[in-house]
Amino acid sequence: MPPLLKLDDVYAQYITRYGTVYAVNGVSLEIGEGEILGIVGESGCGKSTLARVMMMNVKPPLHLVRGRVLLQGVELNRLPRDRLKREVWGKQVSLVPQSVMNALNPTMRVRDIIRDFVKVHNPELDDDEVYSMARDRFEELGLDIRALDLYPFELSGGMRQRVAIAIATLLNPKLLIADEPTSALDVSTQKVVLKLLKRLWNEGIVKSIVFITHDIAVVRQIATRIAVMYAGKIVEVGPLEEVIFKPLHPYTELLISSILTPEPEVKKRGLVEIRGAPPDLRTPPRGCPFAERCPYATDRCRREEPRPVVIGSRLIYCHLRGGGAA
Amino acid sequence: MVELPEPLLRVENLSKVFVVGLFTRRRIDAVKGVSFTIGRREIVSLVGESGSGKTTTAKIILRLEKPTSGRVLFEGRDVWRDLRSREDILWYRRSVQGVMQDPYGAFNPFYRVDRVFKQMFKLLPKDMDDEERWGLVEKALIEVGLNPRYVLGKYPHELSGGERQRVMIARALLVEPKLLIADEPVSMLDATLRSGILKLLMKLRDERGLSILFITHDMGLAYYVSDRILVMYRGELVEEGHPDELIESPRHPYTKRLISDIPLLYRKWSDI
Repeated sequence: MPPLLKLDDVYAQYITRYGTVYAVNGVSLEIGEGEILGIVGESGCGKSTLARVMMMNVKPPLHLVRGRVLLQGVELNRLPRDRLKREVWGKQVSLVPQSVMNALNPTMRVRDIIRDFVKVHNPELDDDEVYSMARDRFEELGLDIRALDLYPFELSGGMRQRVAIAIATLLNPKLLIADEPTSALDVSTQKVVLKLLKRLWNEGIVKSIVFITHDIAVVRQIATRIAVMYAGKIVEVGPLEEVIFKPLHPYTELLISSILTPEPEVKKRGLVEIRGAPPDLRTPPRGCPFAERCPYATDRCRREEPRPVVIGSRLIYCHLRGGGAA
Repeated sequence: MVELPEPLLRVENLSKVFVVGLFTRRRIDAVKGVSFTIGRREIVSLVGESGSGKTTTAKIILRLEKPTSGRVLFEGRDVWRDLRSREDILWYRRSVQGVMQDPYGAFNPFYRVDRVFKQMFKLLPKDMDDEERWGLVEKALIEVGLNPRYVLGKYPHELSGGERQRVMIARALLVEPKLLIADEPVSMLDATLRSGILKLLMKLRDERGLSILFITHDMGLAYYVSDRILVMYRGELVEEGHPDELIESPRHPYTKRLISDIPLLYRKWSDI
């Protein structure tokens, strides 16, 4: 089966008068139907930019400078913005952004936000049809339908996030992209939101989810596969537990060892100190982006960009694993 | 009878009520009858979710917010009633220092990093000359793992988040405090930079005998860094214990729920 979404050697840059930020540098990635892909990385690694590229919500200063974005074989990067708006966003691919408060219009009640959203795609529906559709979906997902009559600021943080997810998936998009959907929430609320995402997936309302986060312990609870990003590149992709418990890329290893969850297995390992900081994406390094901080780096790592190596069901970009010259 | 040594800090039945609203006045009990102690050479974590009253508690200890009732005793002196002279207040500000959450907001972007140290000079002894003062700054920077020649003269944006938080800790160390109040000191830092700051706090406890009140919403961090954990919920202290005990066998229903909701690496939630 062809993948639901395919990124083919994608480069995306923020181009301004003051310089260029190389945010996504040669990412190839496939998202199959029925999977929950976690994309993890630290702040500034390009993961939110990648989310925008995945749905081709790319507007200046962000530019897609190379590569293709294919949704079920259709090149999204060739579609004009108004067609994407009408035919793709919300219907095929939906995004739940990091800051929901900014995404929900504060001057409108939830039901009116929903009405406007649905009518972009289905202008033939009248208001009552839209409202009843929203009510049904809220009930199906166990959300209080009274929220429909409230303004976004009247909702608690967790409820606001769940409402945003319900709206984004109202038209049953095949792919849901959730960008740090739980980062601002307390742990108990975070769990409620994760449960909602899992439910949408279990019930087939969405086929696949891309879950973007800096928190590996969160992604561990929900994803089936995981991609690790560093400095605008993917460094390792593979099945969740394999990557977490047997990381092959030195950066993945480091990132996993920096997780501090309250469990004896992790405490035994102790605090691992990591030197340096990620590179400045205004001047990305030439070779492997992690070479500067990598304890195993060789001259070749600093000189040549590693090519992908397939090991089992994993893909690793590292010279140590046999990644030859590009 | 053997007299127990007085702890460094003793918080007794502390409460803070905020009255909000212009027309409909509403009472918010931010802190409700909180009591705890911090011993010498001890890291105590105060864990709670947003709005649980942990930052208000910190502010009262730092004398930034006045309690509605209750006492804060530092070395036996009530910090809200017994500090009368300017000298007393300076003594307290030298003894208790704070490091806050936001290593970005703590700096004025238009001034060099040096300025955050200069602002502390008024707390140093009057007879100290500038050379001695900058000598202390360099010593403090080295102690937190920074190279003074690299840091001084730089603008805040030229430093990483981890470096900035280290600068704020170095600043606090300048006056040789006995107690450091660290309010979410790593919550804005990336995972790979957190361990270094936590290690530094533990080193300061071990080498300087510094006491630390570590405030966090993240039980995981508290589990690593603390000698003792206090759990706060809706303004009240609901549970206190040794990190391993607290994680393995929480007693209060809130702590139980909190711990079961923390995403872990080795255990997957069964109910999702």
